[in-house]
Amino acid sequence: MADAVTSTISYPVKVTAPPGELTREPLVTPTRDIGWLSDAIAGVAEGKTPRWWWICFGISNTMLVVCWGMIFYLMSTGVGIWGLGHPVMWGWAIVNFVWWIGIGHAGTLISAILFLLRQRWRTSINRASEAMTIFAVMCAGIYPLIHIGRIWLGWWLFPIPNSNSIWPQFRSPLMWDVFAVSTYFTVSVLFWYMGLIPDLAVMRDRAKTKLRKFGYGLFALGWTGANRHWSNYEKAYLILAGLSTPLVLSVHSIVSLDFSVSQLPGWHTTIFPPYFVAGAVFSGFGMVLTLLVPLRRVLHLEDIIRVRHVELMCKVTLATGSIVGYAYAMEFFIAWYSGNPYEKFHFLSSRLADPYIFGPMFHLKPAPYWWAYFTMVSCNVLVPQLFWFKRIRTNMFIVFILSILVNIGMWFERFIIVVSSLNREFIPSNWGYYGPTWCDVLQFLGTFGLFFTFFLLFLRFIPLIAIAEVKGVTPQADPHHPLGGAKVGGTH
Amino acid sequence: MPQPYAIMAEFQTPADILHAAEKVREEGFRNWDVFTPYPIHGMDRAMGLKNSKVGWFSFIGGCTGYTTGMLLIWYMNAYDYPIVIGGKPMFSPFYSFPPSYELTILFGSFGALLGMLFLNRLPRLHHPLLKNRRFALATHDRYFMVIEANDPKYRQAETQRLLETLGSRHIELVEGD
Repeated sequence: MADAVTSTISYPVKVTAPPGELTREPLVTPTRDIGWLSDAIAGVAEGKTPRWWWICFGISNTMLVVCWGMIFYLMSTGVGIWGLGHPVMWGWAIVNFVWWIGIGHAGTLISAILFLLRQRWRTSINRASEAMTIFAVMCAGIYPLIHIGRIWLGWWLFPIPNSNSIWPQFRSPLMWDVFAVSTYFTVSVLFWYMGLIPDLAVMRDRAKTKLRKFGYGLFALGWTGANRHWSNYEKAYLILAGLSTPLVLSVHSIVSLDFSVSQLPGWHTTIFPPYFVAGAVFSGFGMVLTLLVPLRRVLHLEDIIRVRHVELMCKVTLATGSIVGYAYAMEFFIAWYSGNPYEKFHFLSSRLADPYIFGPMFHLKPAPYWWAYFTMVSCNVLVPQLFWFKRIRTNMFIVFILSILVNIGMWFERFIIVVSSLNREFIPSNWGYYGPTWCDVLQFLGTFGLFFTFFLLFLRFIPLIAIAEVKGVTPQADPHHPLGGAKVGGTH
Repeated sequence: MPQPYAIMAEFQTPADILHAAEKVREEGFRNWDVFTPYPIHGMDRAMGLKNSKVGWFSFIGGCTGYTTGMLLIWYMNAYDYPIVIGGKPMFSPFYSFPPSYELTILFGSFGALLGMLFLNRLPRLHHPLLKNRRFALATHDRYFMVIEANDPKYRQAETQRLLETLGSRHIELVEGD
């Protein structure tokens, strides 16, 4: 269909610009018409596979093999290959689980909450972020499954009748977590797929080979773009956004309940649910920036994912990073205000006490993981403050570097919460130091292989920007706008 | 020549198709639709469509999910095999709330997606319009008005003239099955 597909429409109407203080930077470069949008976005998944794709795919596939290899080693040997040991029985596995699932939060936030808030800039980034969400939740889901040691008994987590006649025990937040994470994954996939249906129809109608036509056609479910269909579709999309909003807020809240329902100083905190959700959105946007800043350049999509989009994402990162910083401060305040000596000890001696400033100030020995706490605060609280400056927000290279720092900082936050709380609990005879083994490290690297393998396949086969939605936010798409064909000066 | 499936008119801008839809509705056609690359703002009103019923599917799904969660947990932990754990009650709506809440959302989402597909009579893997080469542009940058031949007011010549006066520059008949 490519011959017919090239756009021939010209827009003769001259649009007078609104006064300077009212102009907003458009979401798509104004010279681009809606046919161009199809060509540019669908073109990424068509044509010859570029060399860089094969190189990245080769690397991530190798890492994926490492992932399966480590899981196999774990299954055949046991969790003893990890650095776990008394008193730290939740190590990297849970750190990585919480980290990955946090990353998965940006996608649904962008697709659901920003949709309800009518943030139209989300259309350029929601598809890729939702894909990121799904793959991140897959990476996260691996860890709870494998960390139980006897993976073949993982199905005991689900309410399936078994020969012992025993059921899962729902008084434990760990069971809530099973439901939260599996629901989150399923609903994210539904939401993503529903958004994909019109775009798969675009791919079907552009397909040149029989196989592609059949494949895309099968998953497009016979979508024709009829307005009677769009009417139901938009309502269903709105409902899914409305349902995903409480979902995305509940998932990390429930993950945080895994910790805060226990009695351990450092975990037993009522601020955890909002703190975890803010941190999750923060790390998710960090990852979206890490992925999209290079991609927009490599795939020549600067007209659709514009500097404005990157800037807005930086602002969300700044806002959530500041919330996270507030939560860190509030933990100290509550430790002092509660008058609980264990809480006070934990936050002063096990977190804050570094060898240089706060340790000497309070006459404390350095905390075992002071360097992790230091990294976390620098990356999560100080680094995002740079996003106050427009010059930094608009410099793609700096944004890319800072987004990686955000991801590192958030990983250390999970590490601090899980490990530094466990390694020194109530009785000093119960203290111990925890470090990972090479198996922990390779398992973590392996999940990156899983993530990037899926993400690269996504780039190659599925339009990475929601074509129909982006078309809908251009001025040409508005029937009441002169570019959409309306008469100048009137509404109809 | 077999009876055509429909008459199809192509429009260039969203405003044109919006006005055409208003006109066609006023003429009293029933089996017709417009096909656009993205949902057009105001088209539902122009076509005289009522509010979509998807919400009911989602609502029923959500209610089912919440009830399922509560009953499931009560049955498992308080009825079928009660075990005392930490002196906590055998059943409490508080601890069974988080899983039930998640199931509400899960079933509600399935309700929304499947309800949408059901109301749209999808998946449909074959459609006369999808065989039309020109129609492939409906997902690209054109706007199509399709009036089916089985509409009571359909008269080939008159309908074609109507679509011409509405500003369509390309009109063709779509073959039936």
